[in-house]
Amino acid sequence: MIRAKIYVTLKRGVLDPQGETVKGALEALGFAGVKDVRIGKFMVITLNDVSREDATRRVGEMCKKLLANPVIEDFRFELEEE
Amino acid sequence: MRFGIIVFPGSNCELDCQWVLQSVLGQQAKLIWHREKALSDCDCLILPGGFAHGDYLRTGAIARFSPIMAAVEDHARRGGVVLGICNGFQILCEAGLLPGVLLRNTSVNFICRPVHIRVETTETPFTATCAQGQVLRMPINHNEGRYYADDETLARLQAHNQVIFRYVTAAGEATEQANPNGSLGNIAGVCNERRNVLGVMPHPERASEELLGSASGLSLFESILNYGRAASPTHR
Repeated sequence: MIRAKIYVTLKRGVLDPQGETVKGALEALGFAGVKDVRIGKFMVITLNDVSREDATRRVGEMCKKLLANPVIEDFRFELEEE
Repeated sequence: MRFGIIVFPGSNCELDCQWVLQSVLGQQAKLIWHREKALSDCDCLILPGGFAHGDYLRTGAIARFSPIMAAVEDHARRGGVVLGICNGFQILCEAGLLPGVLLRNTSVNFICRPVHIRVETTETPFTATCAQGQVLRMPINHNEGRYYADDETLARLQAHNQVIFRYVTAAGEATEQANPNGSLGNIAGVCNERRNVLGVMPHPERASEELLGSASGLSLFESILNYGRAASPTHR
């Protein structure tokens, strides 16, 4: 079994109003020195019966086809074997 | 003219569209479930507003892979008219039938109120009966309405005259105050390069009778009818 941990993040330059709001909240709570907050998505996908090589290829395809929108998002992932 | 209105799980404006087309304009308008694979006898397709597939992952991200979408893409490729309203606009962007994407409103609020939009060009099947610069009043009802595209795409949109509507004041000025959601360049609607696919965030179907406070949305549907009368778009 291989577990893929996938991170989808907004591209640099794409405004993140949710992140801005959280930044404001952190400042209101007295956390100083917060320069920037960016909010993204974290997904865990578990794959059965695949080689590491296969998993890399398949998860990459999943990200490109559905999990991330290339217009606004970047993605990266890590694989863990169990 | 024969209209097909695509219904996804979570669509909620399909009956409003059907009402306008059938009862106000006297046209044929059938509802088409998203699991259908073929479209028969439709001149114009409408992707209505709502929250298709719960807007999970991203708005439109799941809906664009619904079985019916291959037929929608085929219809568009053959030059057939496609109108995406609100969530329909988001789905068409995800499907790659329109450039850009709709993101979370800068205010991080769901916004439901009437806005003014200006007709930027009448050279589309959707605005041909409008006047250039005409200001229309219709409601928006969205959480993700902030139009975004990279600089290169924006330049291409401008070069090919594909920005069809912009948010403006009642007097027709595209100011920052008139921009409800932070859309780049106050963009409220864009078409594809071939000009047969339009996405618009405000709801023309909810502004098609004076009883509803405005009938200026009717001009979009009337333009489509005019276009249909001039030539059968599916055979172009």
